[in-house]
Amino acid sequence: MASMKSYESNINRVNESYVDRIFLMSNTSLLVIVTLIILLPLIFIVSASFSSAEAVIAGRVTLWPVDFSLLGYETIFEHKKVWNGFANSLFYTFFGTIFNVAMTIIAAYPLSRQDLIGRRVITFAFIFTMLFSGGLIPTYMVVRELGLLNTRWAMILPTGIGPFNLLITITFFRTTIPPELIEAARIDGASDFRTFRSVILPLARPIIAVLTLFYAVNTHWNTYFQALIYLKDQDLFPLQIVLREILIQNSIDASMLIDVEDLVAREGLRDLLKFSLIVVASLPVMIIYPFVQRHFVKGMMIGSVK
Amino acid sequence: MLSGANRSNLWLRIRRNWQLYVLLALPLIWLIVFRYAPMYGAQIAFRQYSPAFGMEGSPWVGLANFERFFNSPKFEPVIINTLVLSFYSLIAGFPIPIILALSLNQVKARFFRSSVQMITYAPHFISTVVIVGMLFQFLHPRVGLTASLANLLGLNAPNWMGDPGAFRHIFVWSGVWQETGFSAIIYLAVLSTIDPALHEAAVVDGASRLQRIRYIDIPGLLPTAMVLLVLSTGRVLEISFEKVYLMQSPLNLAVSEVINTYVYKVGLLSPILDFSYSTAIGLLKGIVGLILVIAVNHAARRLTDNSVW
Repeated sequence: MASMKSYESNINRVNESYVDRIFLMSNTSLLVIVTLIILLPLIFIVSASFSSAEAVIAGRVTLWPVDFSLLGYETIFEHKKVWNGFANSLFYTFFGTIFNVAMTIIAAYPLSRQDLIGRRVITFAFIFTMLFSGGLIPTYMVVRELGLLNTRWAMILPTGIGPFNLLITITFFRTTIPPELIEAARIDGASDFRTFRSVILPLARPIIAVLTLFYAVNTHWNTYFQALIYLKDQDLFPLQIVLREILIQNSIDASMLIDVEDLVAREGLRDLLKFSLIVVASLPVMIIYPFVQRHFVKGMMIGSVK
Repeated sequence: MLSGANRSNLWLRIRRNWQLYVLLALPLIWLIVFRYAPMYGAQIAFRQYSPAFGMEGSPWVGLANFERFFNSPKFEPVIINTLVLSFYSLIAGFPIPIILALSLNQVKARFFRSSVQMITYAPHFISTVVIVGMLFQFLHPRVGLTASLANLLGLNAPNWMGDPGAFRHIFVWSGVWQETGFSAIIYLAVLSTIDPALHEAAVVDGASRLQRIRYIDIPGLLPTAMVLLVLSTGRVLEISFEKVYLMQSPLNLAVSEVINTYVYKVGLLSPILDFSYSTAIGLLKGIVGLILVIAVNHAARRLTDNSVW
């Protein structure tokens, strides 16, 4: 960090040449354009969600709400299916993530110990699943044999351990916990269980934060594939499946729109509802993401060490 | 004598660490049940599976299921669609994060830099369903932004989501939109490890910023870029099921049916479920994918001394 600073200040002392100033200006403009390209679709969606159904259907919304209205949000608020999906997703994300993180940690710690006989073979057995799998149907048959089809377990148990997450956890343990520390605990008479609980777990907090985020967002909250193949019962559907029905398959409960007399307005409400739903569905992750993004970045960094 | 001593030594080390094996037990059971049992179950690709006989009771049919796929009219389009979509994504998605990282690396202003990072990472955290939902709304011929802009200009709004010719472009470029920022993270990390002395020396020698990018930054990124390229080339057959499936419609099926969606439909969606046929196609994809990863990694090691393992 110190060398970084001195380098910065050295550069600052040198007057930028004419060519470099032109370059920096075009560079900044490029970044502004890129940022706008990312932002514009998002601004449009948010603007449309706060517009009136008439403005939406007439295609009058661009980058600012037209005829400000909260009708879309009010309609969603009464949509039971959406809230049920929300609750289910919270359930799967919460318990699933606990299961994933616990399994990953108890697998990674032994595998990070240089003195464990067989660690290479076992680590390879995990990594191999990143390169090859039995496939969709054989996995489905196992889940069916275990009687997990159409149960909440099917959303949690099969996710287990992500090989990439296991790798970064092993790397983390190997690079941050000196073998001398474990040796010292052993000399003090601590068993491996005791060492794991009292020495390793407290030191593992940063990697637990990273794993929690990776699993919660990537494995649970944002996915629908597991639910698509394993669940039949509507009451068990996570939010993403409900979103798929409404946003993609266009199936909106007609009773939701019944209050609106005019056919055109009803059509408009249908689209308005989608805009609002996109905003509501992305909100939880979008709100917490700025606070936790550094953990994601950290996880990516540990991963790139390997 | 020596081997006997070694063996008892080995036993001693295993026994001394027995609690570590206890910790590993649960993850290992999970691994066997949910990852390796399906690999064993993939043998139904070589049988004619029927629920009445079960997995191990169904008759062997050799390679019949594979032959059926090779001879099926679906074979060619499914393979071509998968490869085209993969390579298009790879070619479009590979260089842009590198350019973004190089560009961001030139920015000294903290606030500007972190704002650009924050905004460009954001789409990564939006779910696939919402992204595709956004595409449908955004490109909607009546309510979309493209429609509103066309209205302003007095043009007819295009219906891109219903146009099979546009499917690949929409799929790939929306992916670039979503992932560029997040993919740049790793390159930014590598750039921050480049020795500042190199830049200082170059400045003293009168190198312009562009020259320093060309002769210091890009060579510094190359090893990482190679490894990532290898990884993605090995995965060309694995197109995100989630996104393709959501974007599919009867209109664009001719260009949007890929191996993963076909396997799903044959196995779990069609009126007559064909577990064996579906498993055979999936297995074929898995084996070819495995060979690809190994081959490409081998090539990378010979070319650059950088390999994944």
